[in-house]
Amino acid sequence: MFERIIEEAPRFFTYYNLMFVLGAMWRTLLMTLVGCSIGFTVGLGLAVLRRTSAAWLRPARYAAILYVETFRRIPFLVVLFIVLYFIQPIYSGASLLAIATVAVCLMSTAFLSEIIRAGLESVPRQQMESAEVLNFHPGQTLAWVILPQAWKVILPPAVAFVVMFVKDTSLASQLGVVELTYAGKILVNKGFSPLLGFGAILAAYFILSYPLSRLGAHLETRLGTSRNT
Amino acid sequence: MGHLEIRNLHCSYGADDILKSVDLSVDRGEVVSLIGPSGSGKSTLLRSLIGLTPPRMGTVELDGEEINYRNRQSLRHLRDKMAIVFQQYNLFQNMNVFRNVTVAPLKIKKRDKGAVEKTATELLDRVGIGDKHQAYPDELSGGQQQRVAIARALALAPEILLLDEVTSALDPERVNEVLDVIRDLTRDGITMLIVSHEMSFVKEVSTRVAMMDAGSVVEVGPPEQIFDAPKEQRTRDFVGKILRH
Repeated sequence: MFERIIEEAPRFFTYYNLMFVLGAMWRTLLMTLVGCSIGFTVGLGLAVLRRTSAAWLRPARYAAILYVETFRRIPFLVVLFIVLYFIQPIYSGASLLAIATVAVCLMSTAFLSEIIRAGLESVPRQQMESAEVLNFHPGQTLAWVILPQAWKVILPPAVAFVVMFVKDTSLASQLGVVELTYAGKILVNKGFSPLLGFGAILAAYFILSYPLSRLGAHLETRLGTSRNT
Repeated sequence: MGHLEIRNLHCSYGADDILKSVDLSVDRGEVVSLIGPSGSGKSTLLRSLIGLTPPRMGTVELDGEEINYRNRQSLRHLRDKMAIVFQQYNLFQNMNVFRNVTVAPLKIKKRDKGAVEKTATELLDRVGIGDKHQAYPDELSGGQQQRVAIARALALAPEILLLDEVTSALDPERVNEVLDVIRDLTRDGITMLIVSHEMSFVKEVSTRVAMMDAGSVVEVGPPEQIFDAPKEQRTRDFVGKILRH
């Protein structure tokens, strides 16, 4: 087996294959980061919405709960297909990558919203009362008091979620998005040994997710000790 | 007309009526202490006055102007004039001491930075925290945190200060450092409503004492009357119990 790898190696480690794997890596990273960034923003919005108490926002609160509870219970692959069959008739020009990214947004919004909500709830209610009697607006309380204290609770699970999602985007290969997993299949189909093909993919996943985990750990220690003044 | 007029105030948590018709009139510059058994509604009365647990019924007048607790504008106006210090200090954990004291005047009231910092420095000196401007709340003792909380409440120059059991969470040896600060404040002529279990302190600083029981004020009078010659049976029972030891 090793002879085969040694024999294939010169043909495998070519500029073309390198660019091919890098391209796939880029698409994996793009889906994850763009999807999760939007998911984080919208998730923050939903989490804040769920904390409001105004009567006129009640329908919106229920809609947010329904959304979060639904999407947390659907497999990612199903979300991918739903988005595919929903978007294609409306806009046939949509790229598969864009469709997969939308699916990541939908999914990560639901999960990140729950993570953020738990973080916001970890801040004692008395902190809000203090802000309220000093005439802070709800938005000011959120920005200056709640979020700065909630970050250190939100960040570790949020980063863990994103790192996990780097791997989950492999399901987008089922749609035909040439991300890392699909790239591995293509390499093997081209006749390269699976050990070499998927070995390269394994290394690529590691290169993507390890720095993300380190970044998370770094932010965690930084947020744990420093504060904003 | 008093500085603060409370009439027929009702307040409830869910189905529980905590305040059942509270009437109390407080004159400008008075120090009124609320005493009474736990659960009698003393803290709820303070929280209700500042709108954290809005009253269900009744009226509160500040300088003859009725407060509408359902109107944001009216609440803001009230909180410009009234400040509260909590039992658990509740300093902003993400801000240092100086920021805790200056954030509201700077960011909410948009006052001049130089003036705000000068006032904050004076206030922190006054409460004895002048050397800890950069410290964060979790680096301070309970007594120090509570003194910062008092400085924060005073930073907006309120006319009325509510003190909600401000020494109850402190170690016994820390109680006096906070009481000294409050004693000092009573000389400023700021109107104060104090909920406290420190009876000798209450006796010393109060112009009047209000005895509360089961959600209403049962007797109001000068400390000598309440502690030495109470008129109401419930006051007699309560004072008898706490002064026995």
